[in-house]
Amino acid sequence: MFGLESGSGVWNPLLWVLVLGVIFLLFYGLRGLGKSTFKRGTEQTKVFLSGNQETTPEEMHVKATNLYWGFTTSMKSVYAVLRKMHSGNMSDYVLWFILVLAALFLLFGVM
Amino acid sequence: MTILEFLLLHSPALIVATPLLSAFLLPLVSRIHPKVRDIFALVMLGVTSCFVGLLASDVLSNGPRIYVFGAQDLNVPVVRILFEIDAMGIFMAIITMMLAGIAVIYSWSFLHQQDGLDKYYTLLLLVVTSALGMELTGDLFNFFVFLEISCIASCALIAFWVTEGESLEAALKYIVVSSIAALFVLFAIGVFYGQYDALNIASLASLLQFTFLDKIAFVILLVSLGLKAGLAPMHMWLPDSYGRAPPSVVLIIMTATLASFYGILRVVFTLYGNVLTTSLRFSLPAHVIVGWVLVLLAIVSILIGVIMALVQTDLLRLIGYAAVAEIGYMMLAVGTSIAALGAPYATVALQGGLLHIFNDALDIGLLFLIAGAIYYATKKRSLDEIGGLARSMKFTTIFFIVGMLAVSGMPPLNGFVSKFLIYESVFQLNPLLSIIALLGSILLLAVFVKVLYAAFFGPELPSLTGVKEAPRSMVLAMGFLAACAIVIGLFPNLLIDTLVQPAAGALLDHARYISMVMGGL
Repeated sequence: MFGLESGSGVWNPLLWVLVLGVIFLLFYGLRGLGKSTFKRGTEQTKVFLSGNQETTPEEMHVKATNLYWGFTTSMKSVYAVLRKMHSGNMSDYVLWFILVLAALFLLFGVM
Repeated sequence: MTILEFLLLHSPALIVATPLLSAFLLPLVSRIHPKVRDIFALVMLGVTSCFVGLLASDVLSNGPRIYVFGAQDLNVPVVRILFEIDAMGIFMAIITMMLAGIAVIYSWSFLHQQDGLDKYYTLLLLVVTSALGMELTGDLFNFFVFLEISCIASCALIAFWVTEGESLEAALKYIVVSSIAALFVLFAIGVFYGQYDALNIASLASLLQFTFLDKIAFVILLVSLGLKAGLAPMHMWLPDSYGRAPPSVVLIIMTATLASFYGILRVVFTLYGNVLTTSLRFSLPAHVIVGWVLVLLAIVSILIGVIMALVQTDLLRLIGYAAVAEIGYMMLAVGTSIAALGAPYATVALQGGLLHIFNDALDIGLLFLIAGAIYYATKKRSLDEIGGLARSMKFTTIFFIVGMLAVSGMPPLNGFVSKFLIYESVFQLNPLLSIIALLGSILLLAVFVKVLYAAFFGPELPSLTGVKEAPRSMVLAMGFLAACAIVIGLFPNLLIDTLVQPAAGALLDHARYISMVMGGL
């Protein structure tokens, strides 16, 4: 019921869940070894930014546009091609349909 | 004959007739009370689901069913339509009913303050009718008719937020692109009719010779239905439409998109199943060329889908691109299965692909509902304008984490099971394909980690201080899909043994389908 065979491999989700459970218990136990003097709403819970003032939530939150900038910058040339391809122009949508159709006509015509 | 036997006998007709008649009754019912209208739509879908369940139990235990609309005697020269229902058709019908039911429950809260809901539910039921018709019919022209109904009704649903210019633009693009695809499908059907004087899939499959005209019709059907299924590089309409339609509508359009994908499976495996082993030039069997063409289109879909999703800031468009990548995974499995036809791993690939159709409906559907819940609570679409929602939308956050892990193929959720079967089988065709598929999954996880961080983590933004959790019916709809993702992940054999294996068997054993239908006639 749990095991799944692909012909060349086996997958057992129950085993995975058991391993996850053991890891969770291990970390929960480690957490219990920590100090119990933590108090909410005191100086302990305030953000420490090396003496700098805490900025507003809007400024602190990294926006989606800024995430993965390294990846998108290194892939600039790929994105330039893809952005050109996704022009939003309906004629281009139809053009891609015709191009794929023509390529396959050619392939099956030759074959 | 008992009532149950009578219902079972006519269930193929009732499955299509119930939502169709309900669609036309709905504007009248709507006049009684809005709540009666909402319940009526769900009850009618429930009744249709019962017919689907009844037919499923019959088809899975007794084999394909034939249902004739019109004269039973073939010597009588009248127009007749045949429904031919096998395990594959019923598998797709179950997915359609699941998505439709969830969409209606979600709509109760999501759209409760909107005008024109009588038309909304009418159109919703029409799309369901058309998707079910496409999945159950055994007649190519009938398939085209249902395809056209789905195009028109889906277009109107995409334009539901009629006051937003971009919704109208998306709807216009959808109808133009869909109509062109549908007209090409009609042209291919004309080619068949001109050559063989037949429109029935089984009858055509027994007559096809893979002549030059047959090759033309094959390419047209493959590309047109590929466009309707959102296969790259013809996918551009999909993020536009999915990104601008109400999220509950997206679930309904997904049923039509998946029905088109089913059309490709039916064309390749059943219609052309007899001629796939024909040797073409350089002694290459046709199935190798067809399989590799599909694999190539699949790889393009996966890469374009994930790379474009990574830079999106509009959450709905982002999920739309992820949906393109998911269609790529399904097609990769199908292409592998065809390219390696006859090999043991071809069956595993097909099972993985079919299971991924079900998983895609669950996971992408769940993510769209979550995006809808965020829009409902914040009235914002852009990821740049939201943040810290985990504090106020705890259930939605948990469901998002489930959806994110499932769609990225992380164990032990449902997406992993189907992707595991796909990776393993694709590796045996070509290890490079498996590496690309794995890379696509990693990038997909990166895409949704970005969403998790940008939308749910970080400090609570002052502009979103009054945000509350989504209403109960929306949480219920999201919770159901998330629970299904977990259950299928933990007990994959429940679905594989009962539905996926028979569906894959029905597609691969096309000779049985043809002989049963032709013998039945």
